[in-house]
Amino acid sequence: MHQLPQTLVSGLALGALYGLIAIGYTMVYGIVQLINFAHGEIVMIGGFGALTIHLWLPGSTPLGAALPLMLIGGALAAVAVATAAERFAYRPLRGAPRLAPLITAIGLSIALQQTVWAFYPDAKKPRLFPQFHGNAFELAGNIHLQRNDLFVLVAAPLCMIALGFFVSRSRTGRAMQATAQDPDTAELMGVDTNRIIVLAFAIGGAFAAVAAVAQGLRAGQISFEMGFILGLKAFTAAVLGGIGNIYGAMLGGVVLGIAEAAATTYIQNIPGMHQLGGAGWKDVWAFVLLILVLLIRPQGLLGERVADRA
Amino acid sequence: MRHRSLLVLTTAIATGALTLSACGSRDKGGNDDNGSNSKATVVIGVDAPLTGSLSAIGQGIKNSVDLAVRTANKNNEVKGITFKTEPLDDQAVPASGQQNATTLVADKDVLGVVGPLNSGVAQSMQGVFARAGLTQVSPANTNPALSQGDQWLTGQKKRPFKTYFRTATTDVIQGRFAAQYAHDDAKKTKAFVVDDKQTYGVGLSSIFAEEFKHLGGQVVGTDHITVKETDFSSVANKVKNSGADIVYFGGQYPEGGLLSGQVKSAGAHIPTMGGDGIYDPAFITAAGGTNDGDLATSVGYPVDQLDSAKTFVKNYAAAGYKDPYAAYGGYSYDAAWAIVQAVKKTVEDNNGKLPGNAREKVTEAMSKVSFDGVTGKVSFDEYGDTTNKQLTVYQVRDKAWKSVKSATFKD
Repeated sequence: MHQLPQTLVSGLALGALYGLIAIGYTMVYGIVQLINFAHGEIVMIGGFGALTIHLWLPGSTPLGAALPLMLIGGALAAVAVATAAERFAYRPLRGAPRLAPLITAIGLSIALQQTVWAFYPDAKKPRLFPQFHGNAFELAGNIHLQRNDLFVLVAAPLCMIALGFFVSRSRTGRAMQATAQDPDTAELMGVDTNRIIVLAFAIGGAFAAVAAVAQGLRAGQISFEMGFILGLKAFTAAVLGGIGNIYGAMLGGVVLGIAEAAATTYIQNIPGMHQLGGAGWKDVWAFVLLILVLLIRPQGLLGERVADRA
Repeated sequence: MRHRSLLVLTTAIATGALTLSACGSRDKGGNDDNGSNSKATVVIGVDAPLTGSLSAIGQGIKNSVDLAVRTANKNNEVKGITFKTEPLDDQAVPASGQQNATTLVADKDVLGVVGPLNSGVAQSMQGVFARAGLTQVSPANTNPALSQGDQWLTGQKKRPFKTYFRTATTDVIQGRFAAQYAHDDAKKTKAFVVDDKQTYGVGLSSIFAEEFKHLGGQVVGTDHITVKETDFSSVANKVKNSGADIVYFGGQYPEGGLLSGQVKSAGAHIPTMGGDGIYDPAFITAAGGTNDGDLATSVGYPVDQLDSAKTFVKNYAAAGYKDPYAAYGGYSYDAAWAIVQAVKKTVEDNNGKLPGNAREKVTEAMSKVSFDGVTGKVSFDEYGDTTNKQLTVYQVRDKAWKSVKSATFKD
């Protein structure tokens, strides 16, 4: 049990990262009921946007000073691609059967990956991402917080609070809620639903860029194919938390992150379970958890039961 | 409940789509010889990961084969024959490798193939080549089962495919050599063994663990990681808590480098050791450049220190390739040269012309090939394995791999 605090810290950092990406899935799903499978690639684009800024800045710039600019650059790239995807790939299919935009999303995902692979300099193999160097912070006896994990642990709550205020307090945020509940009625009430949908994609893109920078800092590298696994995990987190609910996405991310960390650490200590434990099986246990949650609460942890949807 | 069916559906579609996308077709190399009067063309196929995270090594393989072919053409090594290469990208994916094998088999000018890099990819290609009787020489496969059959561990060796050869030493030798170094030279007693669940990694790490225990060391923990993941912090924490004094990683450098870096930042200041899969400069960059002391074994002696390799290194530099020859450059050159020699023998035995059953004859000639190559004496034993059992231990010093011990493996 002495490993528990460390497991929680590691899992929390990973989970916050999943949560940031899951926001993008959940916002888009909440408003247009589309699973934007290209969202993982939006994360990847955000990472390369941030990297481009870093390469463009003089080499002597300290990372702390470069980070805000990298975030802006990453967010610009991710938001631009996400909104362009909405405008040119999804909007023409708005009235089509639900599977059509889903397939479009998968196609877009491949197209974006290959575009970066082909055109970004040297992106055919992982590109190095700057990292903070130095020892881990020692929180208490033998509990370490990695220097590069600090960013996501600070950024994720800040982003969440800002988004929470925006959605619940601002006029646009309330229009967003209205569109999520009933787009036709919202439109009749004078809400420009097209603008709201673009905004949902844009917010998802901005969060994806923050997540991409966090991932780059943690791993020290980004690659054209990084979006696939991250996207899949974040999508899982969004479903786990209740897709359509922004707090659910973050909660789902954190639960998934901690579940993965705990499965790696503990399952193999259970007598008779040695073969089924360790990092190799963590995804299996994460999905077992997902299935169990959905059996008990089909709408996810914080999801609302909506009869005509879901 | 719609979410779940959508989840399953989208996952399945996405996986399928991404796998398919890895199988792009490619233009075949131009083939414009027109009869027996002009020089006949012999194509040497190359299969390696030319894109993706292992491309640093794959490009080195491709270029080295190209260099061997250019040299053969320049020296007119085989009279009346012009050699060409046809490089195909397998992205380290077995299914792509198999498709490439089918493509190469279909081209009747292909008389030999160099590749692949990954043992797992090789498994999917061997059968295709064997049915077509086409010679395959891997510069890098180290899994013993590829040449000695699934029962190699029990000593019942049986060669499954007579068309399969390799210039790289097997993991049996490499894993035991690594364990001997870790225990006897580096004086480590407690190892934490991690693999990446791939053919190469699992084989190598289990051989290491066996030999390490046999020598009197202790394996204090094992774990498995997933290829293409980047977060190994939980494994790193386990390593730290296990009290191990060395991590042995069976796998490739993208994950190995990250694991090494994360083990160190988790607070365990112990070296990570691995096989030829991590012996690449990208391992050091992936670890964040903080992994001085990490160890790797690789097959053969360091290419840049062998007298026989000086010409290769010089010619490679002169040819102006964009990527370095990397870990397997010398072995790839030798693999291609072995095919050239086999073609030469075939042509000479047939009065200076290619026989109708050239593939069959080339495979026969392969077992008799013997020459002084870049990496030393090149010849193959009755299983198609190299007879060269030289290995080297490398260590990361000042952010670069430095050789620390070269020796011929002894039982």
